[in-house]
Amino acid sequence: MNDMARGAWVYAICRGVDAEVLGTVRGVDGEAPRAVVGDDLTAVVGSVDLARFGADALRRSLNDLDQLAAIARAHHAVVEAVATNRPTAPARLATVFEDEDGVREMLADHREALTRALDHVAGRLEWGVKAYVAARPGPAAEPAGPAPATGTAYLSQRRAALRAREASQHQVSAGAGSLAERLAPLAVDVHRHRPQDPQLSGDTRAMVLNDAYLVEADEADAFAHTVTGLADAHPELSVELTGPWPPYSFAVIEEVTP
Amino acid sequence: MTDVARTDGGAPTTWERASLVDLLDRVLGTGVVITGDITLSIADVDLVYVSLNAIIASVRPDGPLPMPAAGPVVREAW
Repeated sequence: MNDMARGAWVYAICRGVDAEVLGTVRGVDGEAPRAVVGDDLTAVVGSVDLARFGADALRRSLNDLDQLAAIARAHHAVVEAVATNRPTAPARLATVFEDEDGVREMLADHREALTRALDHVAGRLEWGVKAYVAARPGPAAEPAGPAPATGTAYLSQRRAALRAREASQHQVSAGAGSLAERLAPLAVDVHRHRPQDPQLSGDTRAMVLNDAYLVEADEADAFAHTVTGLADAHPELSVELTGPWPPYSFAVIEEVTP
Repeated sequence: MTDVARTDGGAPTTWERASLVDLLDRVLGTGVVITGDITLSIADVDLVYVSLNAIIASVRPDGPLPMPAAGPVVREAW
């Protein structure tokens, strides 16, 4: 590829999108995204410089936190704009085609799966629920009282502290499990993300739950209300609700072109 | 995206980083996975997380962050 080569970065797939919506955002390369139509499906794509967004360049830039953050946020801005307008299947970051013909071919090849994915998310919103071990220690975490006088007393105190710690861990796991169990019936679908690494999130609390819930749009308030109630009922956990998100975690299709 | 039930008032940098990681969970880990002709392979994208951990560990002078004493070990999932 030469320096001027351009590719088609795919943001999302939908069934039609209002042109005004695309005019409100800029994509990963500062470009104005546009609609590529194939039958009843539409891919929202942007023309990007392959010197910066080709496979080799991306392999470098996605491994730089600042560049990755900028690319992810720009990708998300377009996806979010489309998702507030129409039912949307967001494309995974770094889905790039040589040209719009390639995009149209993809829409045709995956038409059934994409249609199923769009039907699944239509009228629904994604919410994130994260739970951490509450920062304050449990009531029995540290034994109170004077320092032990003998080795035996020390060992017995140490064993009691270990038992208390195990009990507290058990309580946290059970709490997270019960939280997820209570939320699942309120959702159409649940996706369990891996717990976030504290080094990436900058949050030192241990994460015990990182779930995404697909909820009917008109039940969003009830869902948030339930999460708040469960957070109050589980003091051993710190619970956070994020959203609404475009349905990233639920517009998943299984077919992958070899 | 709006954070509707954040339970602590973390420093802005932590907050920024936290919402970025929420976003990365989604844009890297999920979404419609179709291989474009120029797309990175799925394995390449999966490796982004692994590399990021290494980058962050290497730029942080004070070593690994402390884990809460009573916390279950969740990082084994990585």
